[in-house]
Amino acid sequence: MARELLKGNEAMAEAAIRAGLEAYFGYPITPQTELLEWMSKRMPELGRPFLQAESEVAAINMVYGAACTGKRVMSSSSSPGVSLMMEGLSYIAGTELPAVLINVMRGGPGLGNIAPSQGDYNQMVRGGGHGDYHAIVLAPASVQEAIDLVVLAFDLAEKYRSLTFVIADGNIGQMMEPAELPPMRPLKRTVPEWAVQGAIGRERRVLSSIYIEPEDEEVVNIRLLERWREIEANEVRFKEYFLEDAEIIVIGYGTAGRVAFSAVRTAREQGIPVGLLRPITVNPFPSGRIAELIPQARAFLVVEMSTGQMLEDVQRAVEGRVPVEFYGRLGGVVPYPDEILNEIIRVAEEPIELGVDPLDGWLKRLKAITN
Amino acid sequence: MQTEIIISGFGGQGVLFAGQLLAYAAMDAGKDVTWIPSYGPEMRGGTASCTVIISDEEIGSPNVRNPKAVLVLNLPSLDKYEVLVAHGGVLIANASLINRAIERKDINSLMIPANEIAESLGNRRLLNMVMLGAMLEMLPVLSLEQIEQALDDHIPERHRKLLDLNISAIRHGAEFARKEGVEITEVVE
Amino acid sequence: METVETAKLVYSRPESLTDATMHYCPGCTHGVAHRLIAEVMDEMGIRERTIGVAPVGCSVFAYYYLDCDFVEAAHGRAPAMATGLKRVLPDRFVFTYQGDGDLASIGMAEIMHAAGRGENITVISTNTAQYGMTGGQMAPTTLPGQKTTSSPSGRDVELMGYPLRMAEVLSNMEGSGYVVRRSLHNAANIRKAKKAIRMAFEVQKRGLGFAMVELLSTCPTNWGMSAVESLKWVEENMIPVYPLGDYKVTSALDGIRV
Repeated sequence: MARELLKGNEAMAEAAIRAGLEAYFGYPITPQTELLEWMSKRMPELGRPFLQAESEVAAINMVYGAACTGKRVMSSSSSPGVSLMMEGLSYIAGTELPAVLINVMRGGPGLGNIAPSQGDYNQMVRGGGHGDYHAIVLAPASVQEAIDLVVLAFDLAEKYRSLTFVIADGNIGQMMEPAELPPMRPLKRTVPEWAVQGAIGRERRVLSSIYIEPEDEEVVNIRLLERWREIEANEVRFKEYFLEDAEIIVIGYGTAGRVAFSAVRTAREQGIPVGLLRPITVNPFPSGRIAELIPQARAFLVVEMSTGQMLEDVQRAVEGRVPVEFYGRLGGVVPYPDEILNEIIRVAEEPIELGVDPLDGWLKRLKAITN
Repeated sequence: MQTEIIISGFGGQGVLFAGQLLAYAAMDAGKDVTWIPSYGPEMRGGTASCTVIISDEEIGSPNVRNPKAVLVLNLPSLDKYEVLVAHGGVLIANASLINRAIERKDINSLMIPANEIAESLGNRRLLNMVMLGAMLEMLPVLSLEQIEQALDDHIPERHRKLLDLNISAIRHGAEFARKEGVEITEVVE
Repeated sequence: METVETAKLVYSRPESLTDATMHYCPGCTHGVAHRLIAEVMDEMGIRERTIGVAPVGCSVFAYYYLDCDFVEAAHGRAPAMATGLKRVLPDRFVFTYQGDGDLASIGMAEIMHAAGRGENITVISTNTAQYGMTGGQMAPTTLPGQKTTSSPSGRDVELMGYPLRMAEVLSNMEGSGYVVRRSLHNAANIRKAKKAIRMAFEVQKRGLGFAMVELLSTCPTNWGMSAVESLKWVEENMIPVYPLGDYKVTSALDGIRV
C-alpha cells in the first residue's frame, strides 16, 4: 500500500473496515462525524451493516447486541456522546464481549466545545461506567498511529474479550497526514465458542451481565481482574525519544505527546538533557517503564490537555522518589511547543522541591497566561 | 527544520484545498507533512484556515504559534496573523480584499491583487492558486513543478477541466511576485 | 386379542419451554405469555434460529424458561440490542420480551425508533399497569386513579400524566407491520393472543417490518389481589383504558391465516 494523505477520522474508519469490521452503529457528533459519514458510505458498499442510531444510548446497545454474535463491531463518538454510552459499555464489560469504541475527545465538561481535549482520560481509563471492570485504552498521536491502533484494538478486544477504546482528540481526527492503510483483511469466518447466533444443533447459550448471586458475580469480577492483569503484563506500549541520557523526562500522550516532542527536540538542540516517554497504551499504563527511568531522572514533567488526570498515574509510578512537575492546557486549548519548552527550561534550571503538589505551581503559571 | 504555512480567508475561497495541495506535493516529494484545519461552526461560512507543516523529519506539533509563512485572503485574517508571522518570515496578502498596508517591516511581505489576477484568467475562484504561486516564488519550499504535478494527481475529477487554468493561476501568482521584485526567503532544510 | 387404546396426548410442555420451575408469583401471566411464545417457536420450527432479548423487570430471567439462545439487555434497550443482532444476523428470528416500564418509559426512544425504522423484529410486551419487579410503582401505563407505591393517593393525571397506549402509538409508525393488543385474562383471549404472537413472528419471517403484541397481564402480588380477582381486574379496569384489537396490520398479511 502506498502512502496517502489521509484525514484522521476517515483513516480510522477505513482502518476499521480493513480490519474486518462487520457492523457499525453510531450517532453524529463533532469532531468525529467524518468517521460516521465514511462508514455510511463504505459499509453498504461492502454489504456490511451501517446504522445511524437514534442516540448514543441506542448505538452502544446495538453494538452490544451485535457483539453478542461474535462479530467485529464498533461505534465512535466524542465526549458527551461517550458519556451517554457508559451504561452500554458497562454491560458489554459485564458480559465479557469484545467491542471497540473510538472517542474523538473534545473540551468539557458538559457541552463544552468541539476543540481537541484530553479531559476524558479518567472516564476512559478508570472505567466510566458502573461496576468493577477495566478497558484497554489506546492513544494515537498521529494519523498513521491511529490507523495502526484501530486495527490493534480489534485484535486486543477479541484476544481478551475486552472493551477497547481508541482515544483520539479533535486534532488527530481532523488532521491530514501521509499514512498507509493496511490491506483489506477477509472477514472472520470462525464463530467464537461463546457467541449467540441461534442454538442450531447445540445447547442454547445465554449472554448476560446479570449474576444475581453475589458469589457468582465475585467469580466474574475475579476473572475480569485476572484477565486485566494479563493485559497489564503483556500489552503495555509506549514510544521513547531521547531517553538514553535524559535527566528530565517529559511524559505526554496523544496530541499533547507530539506537541511535547517538538519542545523536547528543540530543548535537546539547546543542550538540555531531556527526553520524552509517550504512552501508547494509557491503560494499561507504562508504570514499569517509568519506574525504570527513576534512577536517571532529575524530574518528570507530565504534559496533558487536561487537569492532571494522567499525572496521578505517573505519580503513582514514581512513588515520590523524584519530583513530578505538571503542565496542562484545558478546555480545548492545545499547547504550543514553546509553552512546553519553557516548562522544560524551568525544570532544568530551577530547583524543584520534592513533595510539593505540582498543581499549585502550574495553576499559578497557567493563570498568569490566561488572565 | 520545518516550514509552517498558514492559509486563512473566508469559507469558499479555497483556503483548505490550497493547503491540501501543498500537503499532497510535500508528501509526493517524500517529506513529512501535516495539514490541520480550523474546524467547527466557523467553517459553515465564516473564516476558514489551515496550517500546513512541511519537514524533512518527524513532525511534532501540527500547530505553531509563529508560522514561517502566512497567506491571508481577507482583512480579518491579516488582522489576526500579521503579528504572528515568524521574524524573517513571509506574509502574502490579498490586496483585492484588503484595504490597508502590511505594517511589519521585519518580514518579507507582498500585497497581491489575487482576485483581479484570477478574474483576468476567467475564473475568480482561482485566487487561492494565485496566492499559492506567489508564495512558492517567495518561499520555495516546493517547486512549481511539484505543485503542478500534485494538482494533476489530486484535483477532484469534477474540476479536472480546470486543471490548466489552475496551473496558469499558480504561474501568474509566481510571476507577479517575481515582477514585484520580492526577496526569496531561504528555506532551511 | 384385546387392544389397548393409546391415550391421546392433548397437552404437554412445548419443546421450546425448559422444565425449570418458574419464579413468577402465583397468578402472574408471564408464564402464560412464555408458553405461548414457546408454542409458536415449536409450531414454526424456529427454536434453533431464534434469539431472544430479555428485559430488565420481572421477566429478566425469561431465558431460564424459553429454550433458545438469549441475551440480556439493559433496562429499556432491548429493541436497540435486538436491532444489533438482527442487522448482523438477518436470517435469524430476533424477539424482545419487555414489560411496560421497560418499553413505555425508560425504553421509549428505543422502541419508537425500532418501529420507525421498520426494524424486522418481534416485540412481545406485557402491560401490568405498574412496575412489577421493583414492587408496584407507578408506570406510564398506570390507570388514572390507580394506587401504586409511588402514587399512594392514586394516579392524579393533572400531576402525573395520562396512561401511554403503546399499541396505538406504535401503530402510527410507517415501519410497523403488525401492532395489536391482546389480553391474557381468560382462555378465549389467550388463544387469540397465541395467534397474534404467531402472526408477529410470521411478519418477521416475511420481512414485513416491526411487529408488536401488547399483552394485558396480571400482577396479583403488587395489585394486592387473588389470582382470580386480578384476571377480573384486567377485564374490568384495564380493557376499557386499553381496548383490545388490531391497530396496524399491513395489507401484505392479507390472506395469511395462522
